[in-house]
Amino acid sequence: MTAKTLYDKIWDDHLISTDEDGSSLIYIDRHLVHEVTSPQAFEGLRNAGRKVHAPDKTIAVPDHNVPTTLDRLNGVENEESRIQLEALDKNARDFGVHYYPVDDVRQGVVHIVGPEQGWTLPGMTVVCGDSHTATHGAFGALAHGIGTSEVEHVLATQTLIQAKSKNMKVEVTGTLPEGVTAKDITMHIIGLTGTAGGTGYVIEYCGDAIRSLSMEGRMTVCNMAIEGGARAGLIAPDETTFEYVKGRPHAPKGADWDKAMAYWKTLYSDDDAHFDKVLTIKAEDIAPSVTWGTSPEDVLPITATVPAPEDFEGGKVDAVARSLEYMGLKPGMKLTDIEIDTVFIGSCTNGRIEDLRAVAEVVKGKKIKEGMRAMVVPGSGLVRAQAEEEGIAQILQDAGFEWRLAGCSMCLAMNPDQLQPGERCAATSNRNFEGRQGRGGRTHLVSPAMAAAAALTGHLADVRDL
Amino acid sequence: MEKFTKLTGVAAPMPLINIDTDMIIPKLFLKTIKRSGLGKNLFDEMRYDAEGNEIPDFVLNKPAYRNAQILIAGDNFGCGSSREHAPWALLDFGIRVVIATSFADIFFNNCFKNGILPIVLPQEDVDKLMDDASRGANAVVTVDLENQVITGPDGGEISFEVDAFKKHCLLNGLDDIGLTLQKADKIAAFEKEHGAKMPWV
Ligand code: SF4
Repeated sequence: MTAKTLYDKIWDDHLISTDEDGSSLIYIDRHLVHEVTSPQAFEGLRNAGRKVHAPDKTIAVPDHNVPTTLDRLNGVENEESRIQLEALDKNARDFGVHYYPVDDVRQGVVHIVGPEQGWTLPGMTVVCGDSHTATHGAFGALAHGIGTSEVEHVLATQTLIQAKSKNMKVEVTGTLPEGVTAKDITMHIIGLTGTAGGTGYVIEYCGDAIRSLSMEGRMTVCNMAIEGGARAGLIAPDETTFEYVKGRPHAPKGADWDKAMAYWKTLYSDDDAHFDKVLTIKAEDIAPSVTWGTSPEDVLPITATVPAPEDFEGGKVDAVARSLEYMGLKPGMKLTDIEIDTVFIGSCTNGRIEDLRAVAEVVKGKKIKEGMRAMVVPGSGLVRAQAEEEGIAQILQDAGFEWRLAGCSMCLAMNPDQLQPGERCAATSNRNFEGRQGRGGRTHLVSPAMAAAAALTGHLADVRDL
Repeated sequence: MEKFTKLTGVAAPMPLINIDTDMIIPKLFLKTIKRSGLGKNLFDEMRYDAEGNEIPDFVLNKPAYRNAQILIAGDNFGCGSSREHAPWALLDFGIRVVIATSFADIFFNNCFKNGILPIVLPQEDVDKLMDDASRGANAVVTVDLENQVITGPDGGEISFEVDAFKKHCLLNGLDDIGLTLQKADKIAAFEKEHGAKMPWV
């Protein structure tokens, strides 16, 4: 038997058929659905008189459009948002899929809800009409984002037409230095590979620094595989994974658990498996990182200065000139001199309990900078409840943070949480594109601890100096 | 899906790398529950100022390119989100071909599902077409999918690669779901076996 990577193994276990031209049909174990990329797919089903093939493997949750203020149950003011939310509600009920409506405590960002409820399990194929589906790769599940036509295809057939990707290994060796987190690892990697470095690949993250991460941290790493261009990110399951999964509402129980464990323990890349590309990074070389530009690859350690367009080559020269202009930054300026007026903590990258704990640890007993607008948006209602139980919510509120309900919120600003032109935000989310958090808004991506440091000081700051 | 066979049209140059899906169609316009009508908001933040007036410098606002059907762009076109609103907006505007040195994965797939042909070419060919395209309305380019050839305004030919299955679907305007449902027996058999092997799924 030839040696296989983890990706090869999951692929082979879901392969239904391969045509002569190389296009394959693979089986999908879990299909997550949210309100923005699904209405047209459900409409397509209706028009064709089709049903959802496997409603018990389909999970719907509204997240992108939902307001995160406490009054949201009184109704959604924005008409288009409301129509989209109502469409999901109707579709979920008409087609009989699992559904967590806005008023359900389990509602939250789809990529947080899936793992939390035990829908995401090792060795599965998971898709969602959302690029950050990569998150679920943290469980050793093959998880990728799909477009709306593919959403319709999966709803109708529970399969997806795919061409197999290439294998890439990213190994992070050693131990993470103090103040360096999963977010810094994943941003550092994108800084090295660029946003297209992973195109055509499924990335497997491995090495001691990855192994030592909690599930929350691993989800953060895989979440941003897409920012590196990869189709998916993967981490082989281990005790940390099994521990997290065990006892979740939809995790296997009893004899099924034993059977599942026996299978899950086979999910790793064989020693001599072939990778088409390998990148090795020393954890010691990673610092708390920030983005300075308008692409997630524009990453530097917080100790650095803003680069100049001439520091780059090819098309990047113009791109950097454009992004510095947009960001209102001058080459040579210290990153720690960049003043911040808004802090956003949340998203499927960093909206889990561990992230909120990291923020609380930094701000405990302190006050955020006067005039700072700082918002904490838990990734799910359950994360929110847990943070309240642990006393974290109180610490954050005492420090001056707004304590919100769960949703995507200012990660993409489809709901009312938006930046105004020229406002500058330290955000724990994943994209710093022009206008991502509101037209003309400026985004610096950071870890939760670094966002907390910015909230306290009023500028980008090195959390190690606090 | 509308067939794509051969197209002759104006090519618009966008010599930028990493044109992301937020630029192609900002999230403001993702609130629709339809596929149509997004063309007017294609590249919205680059195309209009805060008051909603056209920015004359933006390529698709220039008289020569208002009816462009082909886009020529830099590396990593379509990076970012999975939103199919991006190809929907391109299509609604009238763009049927995007040519770049590389594309983001999900966007690339989404194009084929909507009758748009994304073509990957080496840098020198993209540079040549970018140069051609900058000649305005005279920059008429022909893209022939059947023969996998692009003909520039000066008659020069560039051949391109395309996945055989995707080509077949595009040439015939085939709907994937219909094709897959022809394999319903295979899917049912797989499902049974898979369910027995992994009852927890
Ligand atoms: S939190 Fe942000 S990245 Fe995650 S699903 Fe929501 S909008 Fe997308």
